[in-house]
Amino acid sequence: MLRVENLSKEFPVEFDVFGRPVKFLRAVQDVSFTVEENTVFSIVGESGSGKSTIARILCGIHKPTTGSIQFMGTPLKGSGHREIQMVFQDPDSSLDPRKTVLFSIEEGLRIHRIGNKEERRRLVIETLKAVGLTEDVLSKYPHQLSGGQKQRVAIARCLVLKPKLLILDEPTSALDVSVQAQILNLLMELKREFSLTYILITHDLKIVYHLSDYTMVMYLGQIMEMGQTERIIQEPMHPYTKALVAAIPAVGTDNLKDFSLKGEIPSPLNPPKGCPFKTRCDFAFEKCNERPPLTDFRGRKVRCHLYTEV
Amino acid sequence: MNPLLLVEDLAVEFKTRLGKFYVPDGVTFSVFEGECVGLVGESGSGKSVTALAIMGLLPKNARVARGRILFDGVDITSGNDHPRGKKMSMVFQNPLNSLNPNMKIGQQLCEVLEENFKMSKEEARKRVIETMTKLGIPEAEKMLERYPFEYSGGMRQRAMIAMAMLCEPKLLIADEPTTALDVTIQAQIMRLFKQLKSSSRTSILFISHDLSVVSQIADRIIVMYAGKICEISPVKQLFEDPLHPYTQGLIASVPDLKKKGSKLRSIEGNVPSLLDPPTGCRFHPRCNKKLEICTQHEPDEVQMKDRIVKCWLYEKAGI
Repeated sequence: MLRVENLSKEFPVEFDVFGRPVKFLRAVQDVSFTVEENTVFSIVGESGSGKSTIARILCGIHKPTTGSIQFMGTPLKGSGHREIQMVFQDPDSSLDPRKTVLFSIEEGLRIHRIGNKEERRRLVIETLKAVGLTEDVLSKYPHQLSGGQKQRVAIARCLVLKPKLLILDEPTSALDVSVQAQILNLLMELKREFSLTYILITHDLKIVYHLSDYTMVMYLGQIMEMGQTERIIQEPMHPYTKALVAAIPAVGTDNLKDFSLKGEIPSPLNPPKGCPFKTRCDFAFEKCNERPPLTDFRGRKVRCHLYTEV
Repeated sequence: MNPLLLVEDLAVEFKTRLGKFYVPDGVTFSVFEGECVGLVGESGSGKSVTALAIMGLLPKNARVARGRILFDGVDITSGNDHPRGKKMSMVFQNPLNSLNPNMKIGQQLCEVLEENFKMSKEEARKRVIETMTKLGIPEAEKMLERYPFEYSGGMRQRAMIAMAMLCEPKLLIADEPTTALDVTIQAQIMRLFKQLKSSSRTSILFISHDLSVVSQIADRIIVMYAGKICEISPVKQLFEDPLHPYTQGLIASVPDLKKKGSKLRSIEGNVPSLLDPPTGCRFHPRCNKKLEICTQHEPDEVQMKDRIVKCWLYEKAGI
């Protein structure tokens, strides 16, 4: 359904006296992946990994520096595709505080010139029901709603346009624990009902494991490991994925006491040469000064010299 | 044994344009020496306000309306002659908001000792370097000369913890200290807290919305909801056999690595507004086990061995 090839994005960060860029931040480097219809594809990573940049490129907020994106067989150009919609992390900043729920949800329909006033209203009400809200929120403003309700409105805003692909950028991190579960359940129901495809961007591996079919682990703009979610979490291969899985705090046991990863995430402005993870890796050896290729290894892709030898 | 910290029937009143409300509203708990107590709750549960009240740092529109706070046998409710910075210190969620961006880290840390303990500059510097090294800040001497923006997120939080530990406090309050951090850094900081706990006699009050983070370190956990305490229990029992329906719901709503793709058990409804809290038990509108009495009367504390639960299910059973 979605095929991304050799995607790279560089942001200019320093300019010379003539305003020409002299230094670049390589936010995303050589990323290729495909997303199948009706699946959930997760992008996992910490800050600076480039996961949000990919999301923004996919919905046209940023232009890629190089690389191509094919959506349903045709190249993706420009922005504002009705069939690709994005749900943001914090509904407080993605919903206009001065507009009613009706206005916010209807906005997309107006922009895409769908239906007349009554039809649009009917569509909005239908969508509200699908996300578990009732008609009486139509004339309310965001501040009158709870966090969970606001995120439901944000989802309805996307859903009303009948998209095929939803990009979920940390959809539950701003919510309370008890409400988070409601929203995750809702997302799974909506996926079945409207046969949606999701790209889920998060740092929370518990949610990734729960929802997604495929997972791509990123570190400083590069893919570290990619494959089926279950296998990646149950038997991670890349030392970074191993550390990520080991860092998941379990409920009811103190499993982090043996966590041993040292050091900090290097600045993406000045990433290590060769393998980006080598500065924190327990297994780093001489060869890690060269950039490892993304190799196929037992049905998944890993970027690590440990797996190129074999 | 007398507790180090005793909070008795504490209620904090907030005055806003929309009216008065109380959060927390009558909470009672204690923290013993060398113990780590976890305080868990969602937004609006009153966990942070409780911490601020103990620290004597309530915002201007709030005041302690009822109850008292005893620290080391002394009543500190009024906030006069408060032991913060000497016997008690706090680590906040976002270190960028709690560090002065215009001052070198070293200056900010040394100041604590110079002001509170009247130490000389050299002495203070020596102690700061010692503490920073102990907390895993590499090349502490060099790092002293840097500004907060030159530190990474994890290092900043380490510096904050160092600042809090400089006075060798009897009580350390940590309010969501890992929420703003990346996962691998969170794991490192949690390990650090764990080391602190085993290497010093400092008691820790660890506040978080995340049950899994709290279960890494706490000996006992207090679960709060809408300004009231639901349950207080040693960690192990809390997760093996949660008593209060809210605790049960909270634990069940965390996705785990065993059941994949199944529907998560969620708690229906939303956190209530504190301006107009539900009558009776505050959790009853969302509770799946509610009785008739829950809507009218607030349950009393029921003591069950070393656990406390506030729920009519147990009161009725007469345990």
